[in-house]
Formats: sequence, C-alpha cells, structure tokens
Amino acid sequence: MKLLPHPLLSLALALIWLLLNNSAAPGQLVLGLLLGWLIPLFTRAFWPDRVRIRRPVVLLRLVGVLLYDIVVANLAVARRILGDPERLAPAFVEVPLDLTSDLAISLLANTICLTPGTVSARLAADRRSLLVHALDAPDPAATRAQIKARYEAPLKEVFESC
Amino acid sequence: MDLTEYLLSFLILAGAGFTFVGSLGLARLGDFYTRLHGPTKATTLGVGCLLVASSVYFSSRGDGISLHEVLVTLFLFITAPVSAHLLAKAALHLGLPARGGDGPPAP
Amino acid sequence: MLSLVIPIAFALVAGAAGLSFWRLLSGPSAPDRILALDTLYVNTIALLVLLGIHLSSALYFEAALLIALMGFVGTVALCKYLLRGDIIE
Repeated sequence: MKLLPHPLLSLALALIWLLLNNSAAPGQLVLGLLLGWLIPLFTRAFWPDRVRIRRPVVLLRLVGVLLYDIVVANLAVARRILGDPERLAPAFVEVPLDLTSDLAISLLANTICLTPGTVSARLAADRRSLLVHALDAPDPAATRAQIKARYEAPLKEVFESC
Repeated sequence: MDLTEYLLSFLILAGAGFTFVGSLGLARLGDFYTRLHGPTKATTLGVGCLLVASSVYFSSRGDGISLHEVLVTLFLFITAPVSAHLLAKAALHLGLPARGGDGPPAP
Repeated sequence: MLSLVIPIAFALVAGAAGLSFWRLLSGPSAPDRILALDTLYVNTIALLVLLGIHLSSALYFEAALLIALMGFVGTVALCKYLLRGDIIE
C-alpha cells in the first residue's frame, strides 16, 4: 500500500479546495493538502491505474489548440444555427480508434463533443471505433481525418507512447 | 470608462449572445441529433464567458482576486460533453429518426 | 456602460430560458425534454451569475455551483433511466 497513490489527483483536489474557499490562507492550504492526501487514500479502490503523462509539453499544446478550437467551433456552430437549417448536412461518422486506454478514449470523446461541430454518440462494444454525429459535414472523410490528426494523435502521444 | 469595463461588457454580451444562440438552436433545428449541438457547445461557452466576466468583475473591485468562478466553468466544461454523449446514446438506443445522411445506425 | 449592457444580457438569457422551456413543453421525444431541462439548468446558472454581477454580491455563486452539480446528476440519472429502464441496478 502506497502512502501517496495518486499525486496528480491529490494536487487537483487541494487546488479545488482552495478555489472552493476562494482563499489561499495557510490554514486552508494545510486543510486542502490534507484532504488531497486522504481522499485518494480512502478511495483508491476506485482508481486502479495510475495516470501517467508522458509528454507534458504536448498536453499543454493540445489544451491550447483545444481552447482556440472551442471558440472557433462555437462561432461556426452559431453561424449554422442562425443560418438556414435546410442547408445543413448532418451525418453520422464512424471514427476508428487507435487509442486503447480508458482515460484517453474518454478524453477524446469529451474533446469531440466540445469542438468542431461534432458530438460523440456511441463507443463500439469492442472499443475499436467511436460513432460521431456531425452538425454539418458535407465531407465525412475530412471530419474523420481532422479528428484523428488534430486530437487523437496528441492524446496517443501523451498517454500511450512508450 | 476604463479598459476593464470594456472587457467586462464584451464578455457579458458575448456570453449572453452565445447562451441565446444555443437555446435558439435547441428550439429551431430539425431533429434531435442536430438540436444536441446548440446547448452542448454554444450554451457552455456562453456561461463560461459569463463566469469569466464575473471573475474579472469581483477581482476588479479590490477585495483580492476572485477565482472560484473558475471552478464552475471547469465543472461545466467537463460535464457538458458527458451529458451530451449520454443523451446521444439514449437517443440512439430509442432509435430516434435523424434527418440527412444515412439516418441513425442500428443499435 | 455596464448598466446598459446588463439589462440586454438579462433579456438575452431570459429569452434563451424561454426557448428552452418551449422545447421542454413541446418535446416531441423524451431525450428532447431531458436536453431542454439540462439547457434550462445552464441558463439558470447564467441568470444567477448575471444577478451576482448586477447586485455586486458573491452570495449567488454557491447557488450556481449547486445547480450545476444537481443538473448534471439529474441529466445523467434520466439518461440512465432511458438507456436501462432503471436507475438503481
């Protein structure tokens, strides 16, 4: 049994505690660190795998790209909502997955929901493909290629490269 | 009339505008799967903008920095995709009709 | 300038809540209504945050946080009900 099973989770919990109290007083800091230590310790049965971030720089760049894409995608979605609904070309797109870990797949699904006019709808039972609904995809192959190159490749590099 | 007030006005207007567009998409688009896009993206970003505006506003009043709005923003940005995914999954499960393309794939 | 912008923002967000409410009433399917309810939660958070700025009071933040939490849990529970026909398995 390890004393500090999930350092990243502990740090995140301490940070959330400080944000929740909206103060960085020494007392709150100690209490936050204490909670950050105790909660992962008592709930470690729920967290079997330790999260490993292999390339922090790639992750940071992905977060940057994601924030930019969220704004751009929203402007695009807003324009389509305000435009003529009959001119939209909604489509279901099947995206084959190269990712295997649960965390990476769920992060990819969340990313897809927040960005380029797509919502992830269903993960295949064998976890090899993700069904995605696109609001306006005249060319489904381009949407698929964009998702794979822009979001899946960095995620694979961060969480699954050896 | 300083810079903060311009920034605040911009953030509030952008946030309210995106929120409105999100609900407009929910009200006027044709089928469930396209309706799903408005609230998950536009509304989330809109409320995010409003929360950042609130953070800037309370920080600029001189009682120290106010960052707890970030918590709600983060929470919304994490949960909105999860709700959207579950709703889409439920709709596929029920076999709701989709307009355009090949229609929804069989469950 | 803020005194001019905030009423406009209130009007926009209230309009958004009205549109969501219309979708909640008109359906036509169960997922539509759940989606409308979820959007209504988020619109309420927006209204509360605007009210907090308007009244210069940080008190409304906790209410917004609670609505965000409860809204998410409610949406997930309702979706699970549609998917499985049961919430507690």
